[in-house]
Amino acid sequence: MGTINVNGKELEVDEEGYLANINDWEPAVAEVMAKEDGLELTDEHWDIINFLRDYYEEYQIAPAVRVLTKAVGKKLGKDKGNSKYLYGLFPYGPGKQACRYAGLPKPTGCV
Amino acid sequence: MSDVKKFMYLNRRAPYGTIYAWESLEVVLIGAAFDQEVSLMFVDDGVFQLVKGSDTSELDMKNFTPTYRTLGDYGVRHMYVDKASLEARGLTQDDLVEVAWEDWETEEEVDNIVEIVDSEQIAKLLAESDVVFSF
Repeated sequence: MGTINVNGKELEVDEEGYLANINDWEPAVAEVMAKEDGLELTDEHWDIINFLRDYYEEYQIAPAVRVLTKAVGKKLGKDKGNSKYLYGLFPYGPGKQACRYAGLPKPTGCV
Repeated sequence: MSDVKKFMYLNRRAPYGTIYAWESLEVVLIGAAFDQEVSLMFVDDGVFQLVKGSDTSELDMKNFTPTYRTLGDYGVRHMYVDKASLEARGLTQDDLVEVAWEDWETEEEVDNIVEIVDSEQIAKLLAESDVVFSF
């Protein structure tokens, strides 16, 4: 277990950098994590992060990347519901990286 | 797909108190990535897994009842519930979660894939399955 510093608070993260406690999340968490990855978050990133948080709120799991891709296509438009677009935003994998920024656990079945 | 097998996940235990229901659900979520024909069946206390409105706040276990509602997105096509088990526990279909299914390519939709079946249908469904996982 390590920690990340967000607005002066030390938040616990697991060995892969996912928040230990989902309730610790605030938008600044995503900003700090992205900065560590050398990434600037745009509105397009936030669309996906917010989508993931809504999905988790409703179903209590982080979606598999295949489900994420389909569901984004349905909600945000077909031009966004494809792996090329999502990997463009999140080069480490839309499932893994975006879920981490959103404060969710790693998607089930994601290795 | 040349070799699609029929997978049946048979759930017989109450959702909380043991890890069986959650483990079963996780296997379904992972297995759905392999493009097999996946169905779930709920008998005995397993029918409680689908009862909506559960509250686990005093149990120290995550409430995963809402998770069943996304199974249609994971390609699960059928969720069967044993009629006798349901009736013996004073439950009806109105007490159970609804799970929608949609084919994203053809846009074919089913509002609810949760289906009540009798013991004769259950025997037939199990016999027709290539693989049965019992939890």
